[in-house]
Amino acid sequence: MNKRFSFSNIMLWLGFLFIYLPMVILVIYSFNSSRLVTVWGGWSVKWYVGLLDNTQLINAVLRSLEIAFYTAISAVILGTMAAFVLTRVTRFKGRTMFGGLVTAPLVMPEVITGLSLLLLFVAMAQLLGWPSERGIATIWIAHTTFCTAYVAVVVSSRLRELDLSIEEAAMDLGARPLKVFCLITIPMIAPSLAAGAMMSFALSLDDLVLASFVSGPGSTTLPMEVFSAVRLGVKPEINAIASLILLSVSLVTFIAWALTRRAENARKKAIQQAVDEGAKATWQQAPSSAKS
Amino acid sequence: MAVASSTYKRVLEGDQQPKEVLVKIERVTKKFDETVAVDDVSLTINKGEIFALLGGSGSGKSTLLRMLAGFERPTEGRIYLDGEDITDMPPYERPINMMFQSYALFPHMTVAENIAFGLKQDKMPKADIETRVAEMLKLVHMTQYAKRKPHQLSGGQRQRVALARSLAKSPKLLLLDEPMGALDKKLRSEMQLELVEIIERVGVTCVMVTHDQEEAMTMAQRIAIMHLGWIAQIGSPIDIYETPTSRLVCEFIGNVNLFEGQVVEDHEAHALIDSPDLERNIFVGHGVSTSVQDKSITYAIRPEKLLVTTEQPSFEYNWSRGTVHDIAYLGGHSVFHVQLPSGKIVQSFVANAERRGARPTWDDQVFVWWEDDSGVALRS
Repeated sequence: MNKRFSFSNIMLWLGFLFIYLPMVILVIYSFNSSRLVTVWGGWSVKWYVGLLDNTQLINAVLRSLEIAFYTAISAVILGTMAAFVLTRVTRFKGRTMFGGLVTAPLVMPEVITGLSLLLLFVAMAQLLGWPSERGIATIWIAHTTFCTAYVAVVVSSRLRELDLSIEEAAMDLGARPLKVFCLITIPMIAPSLAAGAMMSFALSLDDLVLASFVSGPGSTTLPMEVFSAVRLGVKPEINAIASLILLSVSLVTFIAWALTRRAENARKKAIQQAVDEGAKATWQQAPSSAKS
Repeated sequence: MAVASSTYKRVLEGDQQPKEVLVKIERVTKKFDETVAVDDVSLTINKGEIFALLGGSGSGKSTLLRMLAGFERPTEGRIYLDGEDITDMPPYERPINMMFQSYALFPHMTVAENIAFGLKQDKMPKADIETRVAEMLKLVHMTQYAKRKPHQLSGGQRQRVALARSLAKSPKLLLLDEPMGALDKKLRSEMQLELVEIIERVGVTCVMVTHDQEEAMTMAQRIAIMHLGWIAQIGSPIDIYETPTSRLVCEFIGNVNLFEGQVVEDHEAHALIDSPDLERNIFVGHGVSTSVQDKSITYAIRPEKLLVTTEQPSFEYNWSRGTVHDIAYLGGHSVFHVQLPSGKIVQSFVANAERRGARPTWDDQVFVWWEDDSGVALRS
């Protein structure tokens, strides 16, 4: 009994409350039938139904998902390349500077990145005629710049802890460097590639500042949509869409957790089995070796 | 030690087959920035032999092995395999395979897939790959583990898989990097026996790197002692232990008692050495060919050849008085630390042949003596 109300347990629950209570309230208010966000008017799902008719909001969601998807792919490819060069090519001119430049977007204020990208795009449009119009492509490029940095950090830390001799062994057995990378390195760093892709996806989905700078007419992303809607006064519809996002994020997290747990259990079982069999084998060997 | 028998036997009998050179390393130097890892090394490795590179850390033995594998390129010098210059050949084109210290098994592949990897790179037909993999699995007694992933195997099993993988392509040369480094002591001596057996059955030429002298002496037919990037001595285990050519080799392999001295008499059939550590001169049963100017010499004698007795020897040379300073009982033998009148402490191994014999104890007066040809006179 005492244990349940110990100091650390109370602090744990206070912490959870602090983080998750606002979200719970948001979900509850998304079922509010009143038009005013702060006044409770009974339960209703009309805002969810209303969402389906709000094509502008639905389009923004789809657009954001599209950009996030592209960003995840391009950031993983570029980030992995950068990480590989940083960890495997030991000596080349300007290595330190390259390392710094790759990770600089992590600490760069978004406002500055956004503004400079906007200026770049405007200048390019004038000089090259591309991009003639800012839109999904420009947002995608902008998101890729900073997501690449995150991927590079995640992947290079994994590459660094990888046993180099595994790649050497593959080369020793006759695989050319590119084949070694595809057949050996990629499968071994797959978890960190997935993590990088998920992170890029989330970061892109969430970004407001960069998108505001480089988006054009007709390419409003979800955060921009939500933000502008809130500026005009919080509508219960926003609560509804936020609740839906929360639901999908929790679902994805839960599925990922369940999958890793299953894999972990299978692994433990296999190891246990191997240990048991190994023990059995030694028992069988023991009498025979004693005889000889 | 049963382990040593086959190698030891061959060394004693001498090689009947004509020696055919497989690897020729010609004046190879490797520099990393300013540090010289391998310094002007030349050596040849014969077909079918197990050759060990023995040395401490930083002796350049691993760098030399990596140059053979192709992971490092020599700064100077050439390497020939079967007469072909392979110095600039990338590792994936060399008919050389390596077993890594960490085994470096591919964690995402099964045992069978690991072994098949090298064969797949050669574009071997699928059916042939399967036969070869089965053959290799049988060779290392791992057939029932074919579908396991490396993390489901014990250390010894992983080593077998690594060995099978490096032998699958039937390389001309097999490289072993600290083959027993990741195993515990008991398993180590078992695996040494088995490894030599498998290598001999396959008949592959083998270069191993190790810092463990016992391992090198058990497994290898010839040993090169490396120190600071150069080779101090090459020879069979017996050569290296019994007739070391320098103090360095002498002190590196096993224990040794060293006496500094001057050659006072030098004939064709015998020589006399006067050491300040000993009251009597050292009699050597052969000439030591000193130069006229420098008569100083080091006389080295192994502890098991230095005998301890309680009775005063009757001959003139090669003995000394002493007192038992300390005794270390090691089961099979005891180490007697005997203090000579000059203050120098010498070591002597005494086999514990009797369970409880009467033998000298602490502070007893004893005599140490040795045969005319027990020690080695060293010029350097």
